[in-house]
Amino acid sequence: MDLMRSLFYKSLVVILLAGFLVSCAGKDKPNYQYFPDMYKPVGYETYGEYDIFVNQQEAKLPVEGTVPRGWMPYDYPDTPEGRADAKANLENPLPRTEENLIEGKALYTIYCAVCHGDNGEGKGILVEREKILGVPSYDDAGRAITQGSVYHAMYYGLNTMGSYAVQTDEKERWQIAHYVMKLKNELEGGEEMAFEEVDEDAMPNKTSAGVMRAQQHMESNQATQPETSTTNN
Amino acid sequence: MLLSVAFFISFSLSIFAQDEASADASGDQQEQAEDSGEPSDDAGASDLGDPDNGKSIFNSQCAACHKPYSDGIGPALNGVTVRHNMEWIHAWIKNSSALIAEGDPDAVAIYEEYNKTAMPPFPGLSDSDINDILAYVEQPKPEPKTVETAGGGEAGASGSGGGVSVNVILGILVFVLVMLLAVLFLVNKTLRNFAEASGVTVPEKTKGKPIWKAFVENQFLLLVTSVVILLGVGYFAYGFLMQVGVDQGYQPIQPIHYSHRIHAGDNEIDCKYCHSSARTSKHSGIPSLNVCMNCHETISEVSPETATEEYSKEFYDGEIAKLYDAVGWEPSERTYSGEEKPVKWVRIHNLPDFAYFNHSQHVSVAGVSCQHCHGPIQEMEVVYQDAPLTMGWCINCHRETNVKMQGNEYYEKIHEELSKKYGVEELTVAQMGGLECAKCHY
Repeated sequence: MDLMRSLFYKSLVVILLAGFLVSCAGKDKPNYQYFPDMYKPVGYETYGEYDIFVNQQEAKLPVEGTVPRGWMPYDYPDTPEGRADAKANLENPLPRTEENLIEGKALYTIYCAVCHGDNGEGKGILVEREKILGVPSYDDAGRAITQGSVYHAMYYGLNTMGSYAVQTDEKERWQIAHYVMKLKNELEGGEEMAFEEVDEDAMPNKTSAGVMRAQQHMESNQATQPETSTTNN
Repeated sequence: MLLSVAFFISFSLSIFAQDEASADASGDQQEQAEDSGEPSDDAGASDLGDPDNGKSIFNSQCAACHKPYSDGIGPALNGVTVRHNMEWIHAWIKNSSALIAEGDPDAVAIYEEYNKTAMPPFPGLSDSDINDILAYVEQPKPEPKTVETAGGGEAGASGSGGGVSVNVILGILVFVLVMLLAVLFLVNKTLRNFAEASGVTVPEKTKGKPIWKAFVENQFLLLVTSVVILLGVGYFAYGFLMQVGVDQGYQPIQPIHYSHRIHAGDNEIDCKYCHSSARTSKHSGIPSLNVCMNCHETISEVSPETATEEYSKEFYDGEIAKLYDAVGWEPSERTYSGEEKPVKWVRIHNLPDFAYFNHSQHVSVAGVSCQHCHGPIQEMEVVYQDAPLTMGWCINCHRETNVKMQGNEYYEKIHEELSKKYGVEELTVAQMGGLECAKCHY
């Protein structure tokens, strides 16, 4: 009988112990692991923190002036002159197709509509809640935005608007620019603009905008080279 | 029986309480609406113009650089009609650079004081528009509306406020039970007194064996109990082993108190605004501080309505100051000092290194919503891990989810062949080979 009793008490202790262990995993720190053989990375993780890097940041800045494949630097400087230049001369390299506009609308809704509003009249939710003020409408006559000025503002930011070059790539920014011009046209009550017909073979969708621009660069350089050589002579 | 009744009462009471709370909240909102309606009537008496119209013009055209009561890119505008005469103000607003070029001493002084930042001309504003704006900025600074914020706090707390009222109800229930016990005891006592008075003898209880002794001597009961205990031990031991290495509910303290509730919930900022690489990359990265500064260059303090009972406005303002400290932004001078300190966010969702997960193919290609895996993130004041992120959890979803094949030319042929093979209209990820080891573990 004594043995039975001690067995009873022992099982009680075991239950309490199990309950105690289950409650061990606090929410402030990660749970314990059983033989974490390949849990910790040997290589450097993308956002990792390592002592050998500057600021312990694994993400290091590329050398200034280098150009990766599929990307071309933006030539217009972040100055009032550069802005005026881009406004007058910078053209959208993407054709105005329905596909580009749908993509542009999706991106616009994510990145721009919080302040500029779904219709571009400068009444996004942040403006309506009076968090950010002074957002102009796209049909503002004093600003008279163009594709080039829209792209320039997205790339560098303008006054209190920050740069969106981090969140979007070149093609995406041009798609947004297409959609912004559509909104501007609607606000001004203009007639609906027609979509451009695109020859699929001539403009393959897969090529990134940067590559396209690089190719154009090359072609225009080749075209101008004979002229420059003659002037040199 | 008594318990179940008590349960039922507490339930219905709490429902009542919630109804009342929501009724209160809507009442508050109505009062707020009335409050905000009032000052416009009073201020309409100003001699300058219509401040309501001025406010809307100010908010759309001027507020990018000016604030009524504090310096921004340009000076605070309150009191400007005292500092300058009306003619000068009109000329300045319509074309400030012309005034500076003329060499007007006041204009040049202001231009020099504010870092030689030129104010753009506003030829589109009429004289009455400018007067409306001036009427708006010359309104005395409104007192912080304490009543309103209290109402807001209550309305905000009504969701969690249910906890308080439940406590009160439980207290009342305990009180009622104690009263019942007392009454029963008294009734028992009076009955005994009656019995004594009328000469009835109450039968005395005979002392039997102690209950544990009887229990130990009954072999059948003992057997059943030990089986139950063994089962219980097995249940808990298995449960314990199955939660090893699972971080569900992990909620560390971050270096900056970033609230997803305010950003993604209240302000309805799209998830991909900050976590933009979820669209294109394997990693849905933590946004760089440049994304923070896109908005917080102008938003240096939270509004009083944002503060909750738990976190005050001062607390939130302090957290924004931490952001400024990290990027080296001087809010008073509106310049970057160049001293940057990266914020060491604590990563919550961690997969072991031998598992490959790609955000872009789940977000962009499959169109899975963020909340599906990360929980109600727009309601989280502090983020915790909602899903267990175990392998069984991944595989479950791959078994149940259909692949989004519409409009994806990559799947055109594959869909035709595989749906014939399996005899189904829509294919799950598992049927596409989404359970193969090498898909995630190489």
